[in-house]
Amino acid sequence: MKISISSQGSNPDSAVDPRFGRAAQFLIYDTDTASYEVISNSQGQEAAQGAGIKAAETISRCGAQVLITGHCGPKAFSTLKAAGIEVIIGAEGLSVSQAVDKYKSGQFDATNSSDVRGHWK
Amino acid sequence: MKEMVVISGKGGTGKTSLTASFASLNGKSVIVDCDVDASDLPLVLSPVTERMEYFKSGHEAVIRKDDCVACGTCMDKCRFDAVHEARRYGRPSQFTIDPLSCEGCGVCVHFCPSGAIDFPEQVCGQWMVSETRYGPMVHARLAIGAENSGKLVSTVKTEARQIAEERKLPWIIVDGPPGIACPVIASITGASMALVVVEPTLSGVHDMERVFALTKHFNIPTLVCVNKWELNPRIAGEIERGALSAGASFAGKIGYDSSVTAAQIKGIPVVEYGGPAAQDIRRIWQNIEKRMESIEIPTVMEV
Amino acid sequence: MILAIASGKGGTGKTTVAANLAVCLPEPVHLLDCDVEEPNCHIFLNPEIKSTERFTLPFPTVDENRCNGCGECSNICQYNAIVSLKSKPLVFPELCHGCGGCSEVCPEEAITEAKREIGTISSGTWRHITFVQGLLDVGQSLSPPLIRAVKQHCGTNGITIIDCPPGTSCPVIAAVTKSDYVVLVSESSPFGLHDLDLAVDTMRKLDLNFGVVINRVSSLDHRVADYCRNAQIPILLEIPDDRKAAEAYSQGLLLVESVPGFRELFERLYNRILSESSQNRKPTPENKRDFEDIA
Repeated sequence: MKISISSQGSNPDSAVDPRFGRAAQFLIYDTDTASYEVISNSQGQEAAQGAGIKAAETISRCGAQVLITGHCGPKAFSTLKAAGIEVIIGAEGLSVSQAVDKYKSGQFDATNSSDVRGHWK
Repeated sequence: MKEMVVISGKGGTGKTSLTASFASLNGKSVIVDCDVDASDLPLVLSPVTERMEYFKSGHEAVIRKDDCVACGTCMDKCRFDAVHEARRYGRPSQFTIDPLSCEGCGVCVHFCPSGAIDFPEQVCGQWMVSETRYGPMVHARLAIGAENSGKLVSTVKTEARQIAEERKLPWIIVDGPPGIACPVIASITGASMALVVVEPTLSGVHDMERVFALTKHFNIPTLVCVNKWELNPRIAGEIERGALSAGASFAGKIGYDSSVTAAQIKGIPVVEYGGPAAQDIRRIWQNIEKRMESIEIPTVMEV
Repeated sequence: MILAIASGKGGTGKTTVAANLAVCLPEPVHLLDCDVEEPNCHIFLNPEIKSTERFTLPFPTVDENRCNGCGECSNICQYNAIVSLKSKPLVFPELCHGCGGCSEVCPEEAITEAKREIGTISSGTWRHITFVQGLLDVGQSLSPPLIRAVKQHCGTNGITIIDCPPGTSCPVIAAVTKSDYVVLVSESSPFGLHDLDLAVDTMRKLDLNFGVVINRVSSLDHRVADYCRNAQIPILLEIPDDRKAAEAYSQGLLLVESVPGFRELFERLYNRILSESSQNRKPTPENKRDFEDIA
């Protein structure tokens, strides 16, 4: 299974990026191989609008089934849901590897709604 | 973090003069100018710019003259009337794209049979982090004719929040743009409170009602103040009652005072220039502080 | 002749100039309120509205049975308004600019266009003036298409006056393009001067012929007039800073009908515009500035 984490840096010690759509990058953790892969979020960062939608598309194409991030807006959330990705929010303040460990030990609950207001309703 | 945005719907009601005074009275805030289209706050706060970044947003279609075969596909596909045609001997000879009309949709780029259209990223402005006597300031300048999608406004606000966090400044004071569309929506997104500045005119009342609808739509606690209230005391009273019945609070009124213009000419905040209006603004600021204390500050991040 | 009334800064008196000028013009006159975020001309004219229509923009709908999930729609969309994952694409109508790219590019012809309402266009008459106004729905963000639609109602003869939104970005461009002459309304203040300078740059970039009306002229500040003289921009009219005018405005009254002396001012403005626009004198292009130069 692949877990994607919004990250401020490119290694597992980096802090979780609280932003999803405009996250610095994503790390994809593969539970089968216990290894990380770095995925660019340039499309999300550069988007004039709908950054969260673009970011959701990016991690969906990587085959991620879980997303761990800080916050998630309504459009990003519906896109992630349509892609069948489980969404975990509130992981800001942790490092990427801590967030993965916390997820593996079952201490996170999946969210069923976005936690921030969108720019345009 | 307490984030207050000053808006109005109608332009020219005194947003910038008030924002400058609030910045001076508070002294522990990050100051933001979100009117990226006509940024006037720097004229009063005399910022010294320390960092400047280019703002890129979207793309722009550009036809390479030498590769264009003048088939006209781009013109057929464009829904924004951005493709212009030059004719020679009654036949189309050259197509060009008017950058000011181009919406950056990329449809012509995709369908051009000879691949003659480039699609470079567009520099649409710049934004600056500056120092003022009252604290750090983030402001921007949108390029002429650029799309004010709200992304520049969001960029500026995100930067301001970061600075507030780094420097442990408890307030963000935002000078908002006029209107009710993209840039205004981006300015009020995530704000803890909006102050609507209204002049007692029929136009002012009309525009205020639309701004109320917007802050309500986005669920933002709203305060109202009347500027130049003596112009029409009857309408000023109606505004106060209207604000209360729309669920907003009334923050006070400011008199018609020539020292407001005089302060602007001198390039200083009204409260430092003095005069009756300065007193009124002080009182309004106290009401804002009081009201802000009663608001639960939500955690809101850019998404 | 199409006459656009614009300004960099808001609240300088665009609507005042547009409405009062319209009243002083000979028949036929069209007045188009293109400040669709906050249209105010109707307050001064009280026109009898004869027709209203809802304005719509196209947005894609996807036929699930035809979609093969290829993702072409999502690739072409620059606005992230349609995204294709494993299943049927997801559409976010509020992000859509209506370019039609997705429906054009879909190999399965699975995408058709539906319509979403973003505003209202109403038209009517008041005395000899044909009045048309656009009103953007609250919460909508895309005003230029509505502005362009209002401009479809320009008169075929006589003078059409366009009341523009403030600023220098895309809504203003949509409002002023293809006009024969632009009146920039500024006010005698430092903010007024700063924003006038931006508006002047915009007009030069668009290669439009223009002149300036200075509002609220007082003895305190002469910089706007000095600026115009230095830049060889015609000053079409100076409106004195008059408390009576401000009070009349606050009640929604036309200045030409309620404050002595204003009818003469606006008649003079009309004659001045006629002579300036017929000269087709474009202000000197040498200080035409591009964005790169100020960067």
